[in-house]
Amino acid sequence: MYTQSLNTAVQRDGAEEDPQKLAAFQAKIDREEKIEPNDWMPAAYRKTLIRQISQHAHSEIVGMLPEGNWITRAPSLKRKAALLAKVQDEGGHGLYLYSAAETLGISREEMVEQLHTGKAKYSSIFNYPTLNWADVGAVGWLVDGAAIMNQIPLCRCSYGPYARAMIRICKEESFHQRQGYELLLTMMKGSEDQRQMVQDAVNRLWWPALMMFGPSDKDSVNTADSMRWKIKRFTNDELRQKFVDATVPQAEVLGITLPDPDLRFDEESGHYVYGEPNWEEFYNSIKGNGICNKQRLKDRVKAHTDGAWVREAALAYARKERERREAGKQAAE
Amino acid sequence: MSEQHTPLWEVFIRSRNGMSHRHAGSIHAADAEMALQAARDVYTRRGEGLSIWVVPSAAIIASDPSEKDMMFEPTGDKIYRHPTFYEIPEEVGNM
Repeated sequence: MYTQSLNTAVQRDGAEEDPQKLAAFQAKIDREEKIEPNDWMPAAYRKTLIRQISQHAHSEIVGMLPEGNWITRAPSLKRKAALLAKVQDEGGHGLYLYSAAETLGISREEMVEQLHTGKAKYSSIFNYPTLNWADVGAVGWLVDGAAIMNQIPLCRCSYGPYARAMIRICKEESFHQRQGYELLLTMMKGSEDQRQMVQDAVNRLWWPALMMFGPSDKDSVNTADSMRWKIKRFTNDELRQKFVDATVPQAEVLGITLPDPDLRFDEESGHYVYGEPNWEEFYNSIKGNGICNKQRLKDRVKAHTDGAWVREAALAYARKERERREAGKQAAE
Repeated sequence: MSEQHTPLWEVFIRSRNGMSHRHAGSIHAADAEMALQAARDVYTRRGEGLSIWVVPSAAIIASDPSEKDMMFEPTGDKIYRHPTFYEIPEEVGNM
């Protein structure tokens, strides 16, 4: 239940927190108890969550664009229905997450504005183009696969509404990854051209998928607080390693190679060793200079602006109906 | 911000007959009819429900978490409200 009535004003940045409250809060988290919307929380916890959840929501919404691009050109009715359902799910995930963020005292309109003005970020992966049909499969397999790896530990996040949203999302993501992998398997059984399309898509999307886990631990500024508050359970590099370990054998079944000359299995650690992602490319994309950043934002802003009259009309209609009901009630009295 | 805020609704879903409605999440919509439709699209894409309630979020009255102890602590020491408080001879069996 997410009414705002009990939410107290967010504290100013840098304001001193009451040490007693702070200790009680940390003890609660250490006991694995969830924090709920109207519970006391440090301003920095609130701020971190608003940033993380809203950016997660933005990623889901912007993530509809690269795949939506292929709906009209899906090669069969089955693939079209699956892709439509997947893109609709992404929209739904965005909405679950916006709702979770709103429980922390930020409005939907504020969040949308932050996205549209470039103040809020979204996952760098969606700034890459989807150039051929195999990209739809590779996005499902690699991008949703990486997202699942990131999201499963978030189901145990200390903030209740975020954890509950993530449980719903994770249940639905599994279909996304499987349909993508199956799509690629089908193409691999096709012509030589189709196999090359798959290899090409994976070559382009492998590194961006690895970057989805965020910067290397040594350069990550947000990890320590998030770990202490149990917003995060694993570091970026730990999750990236899990993803690589899970994905390399799947690539072998598929019959493609991964574009990393340093990739090898390390008997001693039992893990795959992989090369260094191009972090300059990552930061560039985050800063707004990726391949599709401008296109993505332009499309989002256009969709929002084009829909403004619908929102206005719906609100005007609701107001008119309310007034009509009230007038009817008064006349009856 | 020039844009008008669209009202917030809480969504409750009955997953099958015999179960009570359970809070599923929230939704923005201009009126009740649109709230129901949006709730259906957002929260029941995979047969999650047979019935939906939508309630304006502003209409919900919530207890204050900071008064949690005052509200709920009084039941803490009333162990005589639980069946295990009463000792019954074993030969009586389940009761």
